[in-house]
Amino acid sequence: MYTNGYIFRYAAIMVIIAAAVLSTAAVLLKPFQEKNMAIEKMGGILASAQIEGVETENTIELFNKYVIEELVVDQDGNVVESFKDGAKENGKAFKINMKTELYKKKKGDNFELPIYLIEKDGVRTYVFPLRGAGLWGPVWGNMALAKDLNTVKGVTFDHKGETPGLGAEITTKSFTSQFEGKTIFDESGNFKSITVKKGGVKTMATKDQIHGVDAISGGTITSDAVSEMIVNVFEGYLPYIEKEGEK
Amino acid sequence: MSTEVKEREPLFSAKNMKLIKTPINLTNPITVQVLGICSALAVTAKLMPAIVMSVSVLVVMAASNVVVSLLRNGIPPRIRIIVQLVVIATMVILVDQVLKAFVYDVSKQLSVFVGLIITNCIIMGRLEAFAMANKPWPAFLDGIGNALGYGIILIIIAFFRELLGSGTLFDIQVIPQGLYDFGYVNNGLMILPPMALITVGVIIWVQRYYTRELIEDN
Repeated sequence: MYTNGYIFRYAAIMVIIAAAVLSTAAVLLKPFQEKNMAIEKMGGILASAQIEGVETENTIELFNKYVIEELVVDQDGNVVESFKDGAKENGKAFKINMKTELYKKKKGDNFELPIYLIEKDGVRTYVFPLRGAGLWGPVWGNMALAKDLNTVKGVTFDHKGETPGLGAEITTKSFTSQFEGKTIFDESGNFKSITVKKGGVKTMATKDQIHGVDAISGGTITSDAVSEMIVNVFEGYLPYIEKEGEK
Repeated sequence: MSTEVKEREPLFSAKNMKLIKTPINLTNPITVQVLGICSALAVTAKLMPAIVMSVSVLVVMAASNVVVSLLRNGIPPRIRIIVQLVVIATMVILVDQVLKAFVYDVSKQLSVFVGLIITNCIIMGRLEAFAMANKPWPAFLDGIGNALGYGIILIIIAFFRELLGSGTLFDIQVIPQGLYDFGYVNNGLMILPPMALITVGVIIWVQRYYTRELIEDN
C-alpha cells in the first residue's frame, strides 16, 4: 500500500517542514535569548565583585553603574581598547568570545582578553572572565581580584552540563566562597594560581594553603577543570597584571 | 474513510470528557502506569520547576497528539515511530527555545530535563496508542488529560518536597521562624531524589485506598 518512494518522499517532506519551523522559531526568539544571556553574564561579573542586590530586572542598570571601564588586553599585556562611555554591553570587551580567543592562545597566535574594572564606594576591583573545559561541556566564570591584583575578592562559576549534585556544585556559594581572600601570587611574586585540591586544603603544604580550596567530593574532574581553567586563562592575563602592578 | 453521514458529536460529550478524566485518576501515567518517573523525581525539589515542567509537557503532549492525529492516515506504518519522534522532538525544541527566551532562570533549572521530554514515554505511548487511531479533537483531549494526570502528581510531590525540605513554597518562607526557634529543622532528605520516589509511593498508596477499581482481585 505504501511504496518505498512514498515513504522516502514522506520522510523528506516531513524533515524539511520540521527544519523550517525550527529555524524560524530560532531566528525569531534569538534577540530575547541573547538579552537573557547578556544579563546573566553581567550578573556573574557583578556577583564575583561582591556587589549585592543584583536582580534580573536591575542587572543592566547596576552593571552600567559599577563597571567604570572595560579593557581589552592582548597577549603582551597592552591595553588594546578601553571603553568607558556609553552602554557597557556595547563595549568590545563585553562581546569578546573567550572560546575563540583561548583557542588562539592555545595555537600560539595573538589573542585579546576582556577585563572589567569595577568601582564601588571608591574601592577598585578587577574582574577577569574565565573559560575552560569541564567534564561534560564548557565551564566558565569570573574571578575578581582586589586592587593589589593578588587577593581574590570573589568568584563565580557556571557550566553547561556538569553532573547535578557533583560537578555542578561549583556554582554554589559554599564552593565559591572558599576562594575569597586567597591569593594567586606567593610572597616572592611567583604566579601560583588557585588549586582546587582533591582531599582538601589541609593536605597541602602550610605555605601553599593560601593558594588552594577544597575540591568537590565526587566531582574530581570538574574540580580539576576549574584549577586548569584558572591557570590557563591567567597565563593570558599575567602580562597585563605584571604591567599594571608596576604602576 | 467512511462515507456514512454521522451526527456530529458535541465537543464536550460525556465520552470526550472521559478522555480527560480517566488519566487523572484511573489510568494516571505516573501512579498507575508508572511512566515518566525520571522527570518526576528530578524536577520536583521546588514547586516552580515542577509547574513549568508540567506546562511544557502539556503543550508538547497536546500539540504532538493533534499533529500525529492529523497525519495519521498518511503516515506509512513502517516509519511511524520515526515520524512520531520527529513531531515530539520538534515540539520539545520549540518549548525549550521559548523557555530560554522568556523564563530563562527556570529554563536553567530544568536544564536537560526539557530536552528529555522527548524520551518521556508517556508522550510516545499516547501517540502510538491513541493519536494514531483517533481524530484530532479526542486526541487533543487525551493529550491534555494525560498531561494533567502527570502534572498533578508532579505538583503534589513538589509541594511536599519544597514544604518539608526547604520550608518554603514558591521560594516564599511559609514555616514560621518561631518553629525553627523551637527546634524544628528542614528535612534535607526531602530535597534528594529518593524521597520523591517515596512520596510517589505514598501517593499511590493513598490513591489505591480511595480508588477501589485499582485494587487487583487477589
